[in-house]
Amino acid sequence: MTELTSLTIAEAREKLKAREFTSVELTEAYLSAIDAANSVFNAYVAVTPEKALGMAKASDARRAAGQVGALEGIPLGIKDLFATRDVHTQACSHILDGFLPKYESTVTQNLWDDGAVMLGKLNMDEFAMGSSNETSHYGAVVNPWKAKGSNQQLVPGGSSGGSAAAVSAFLCAGATATDTGGSIRQPAAFTGTVGIKPTYGRCSRWGTVAFASSLDQAGPIARDVRDAAIMLRSMASVDAKDTTSVDLPVPDYEASLGQSLKGMKIGIPKEYRVEGMPEEIEKLWAQGIAWLKDAGAEIVDITLPHTKYALPAYYIVAPAEASSNLARYDGVRYGLRVDGKDIVDMYEKTRAAGFGTEVKRRIMIGTYVLSAGYYDAYYLQAQKVRTLIKRDFEIVFDAGVDAILTPATPSSAFGIADEDLASDPVKMYLNDIFTVTVNMAGLPGIAVPAGLDAKGLPLGLQLIGKPFEEETLFRTAHVIEQAAGRFTPTKWW
Amino acid sequence: MSVDLATVKRVARLARIAVTEEDANRMVGELNGIINFVEQLSEVDVTGVEPMTSVTPMNMRKRPDNVTDGDKADDIVANAPSTDHNFFLVPKVVE
Repeated sequence: MTELTSLTIAEAREKLKAREFTSVELTEAYLSAIDAANSVFNAYVAVTPEKALGMAKASDARRAAGQVGALEGIPLGIKDLFATRDVHTQACSHILDGFLPKYESTVTQNLWDDGAVMLGKLNMDEFAMGSSNETSHYGAVVNPWKAKGSNQQLVPGGSSGGSAAAVSAFLCAGATATDTGGSIRQPAAFTGTVGIKPTYGRCSRWGTVAFASSLDQAGPIARDVRDAAIMLRSMASVDAKDTTSVDLPVPDYEASLGQSLKGMKIGIPKEYRVEGMPEEIEKLWAQGIAWLKDAGAEIVDITLPHTKYALPAYYIVAPAEASSNLARYDGVRYGLRVDGKDIVDMYEKTRAAGFGTEVKRRIMIGTYVLSAGYYDAYYLQAQKVRTLIKRDFEIVFDAGVDAILTPATPSSAFGIADEDLASDPVKMYLNDIFTVTVNMAGLPGIAVPAGLDAKGLPLGLQLIGKPFEEETLFRTAHVIEQAAGRFTPTKWW
Repeated sequence: MSVDLATVKRVARLARIAVTEEDANRMVGELNGIINFVEQLSEVDVTGVEPMTSVTPMNMRKRPDNVTDGDKADDIVANAPSTDHNFFLVPKVVE
């Protein structure tokens, strides 16, 4: 049955259509893979076998009746951030203990409406705050990739670490993820998978646990560019329940694959050549430029002068929004409650026990920068800098650039419980240095695997596009994928 | 600017998070590390720059002010730690 789990969504789609196997058989193959390997990776925090088989059976019945959705019978993993009716939804936090929503997020409902099957809920950094998946209440996720000749366990990146590990280790055909500062693209780069954060507003945020509302966007992590295109088409929609969701038709992203890059202008921003960047990443970037040039694109040097301020501005805006969004966890309406001598004591004890260290740190920063006397110096200044960051991109796009090519991350995957990173929160934050600008400007960004480093670990390139021009990203990423090939870990589990 | 122990305790109170003396002391160092990192924003000239309020240029869609949801009290209290007849129960607030 292992063969079934190695298929891409596009391959499984064809074989389901040809009746080579049923959705029930495909789902059973994934459930046994999860059964055999989840204890190794800790990718799923809840597996839903009965629900999965029920949905697969219903899918097979629909197919028999001639009703075939875009994801008909395809088994997916869902990040624990998405509300799924009567199923574990805790944003991998202790404070949401036992929470079983009575509603379904719009993104997951869209997937089920297109025929997909849910395998379970995937591990993540608590409230999506982290770059290594180590802040999860359910413990770290193990990356399916290991350095050559080493047995050290590596992180899959974060916050969508469970999604990336599950896709890379063949424990689901594709996964939902979310990205506030790089949480789709960095784990995709660390695991040799493809991840796209669409333009802000492309996917509804309704029913997705909020972290930083002006930055959060859902997107897929998938085995290849085509699968990411298939999934995003189903996930995206305009939604009356999210006024920031955009009322634009969702294109057939898959149709953009294979189109020529002739006449396309690709910008190379000099500010992304950061100090101390490993030579291998420089090389990979140069290789990516060469591939796009070979495919007929014109390469132009560009400048995005406010790049270095994106990460500091992010660490004001995101915690500020988080401190407000997470005020709702007070032990009254859902989740954990720790009793106290009065109501304020109950709030304080509940939140002290329910939130982990990183989440508390960000709530504290957010509360501080919004507090009286500091608002102008921090929050207002950061929102002005954000305007400048966005303007940098607008100037470049107005000058005719179609997409921007950068590295996805400043390094390959690092070790679990890295002491250097644990001792200094800011060092961990620097992981998002290449991805965070995209969220600050609301743009779409895709991470596509482009090679292996000397240790044999995957490295990714990032493409940044104009608002709502995800098709350009899929088309260009597909060219890189065709040149670089696909990357799968050697099975050791 | 830098934060001291008293500020950390005040912010923790505002954030409704109980902190031990040990937590608060640790947070002084961590928060100062982050504050120092974000401090570099002050060097950016923002004269005449509007603060961002919406990342994508869009008009907020409006809908008629009609009731479109409701009658699901049981669902709303289903996850609450303590309820009575579809009311949330909390410690006494008013003497």
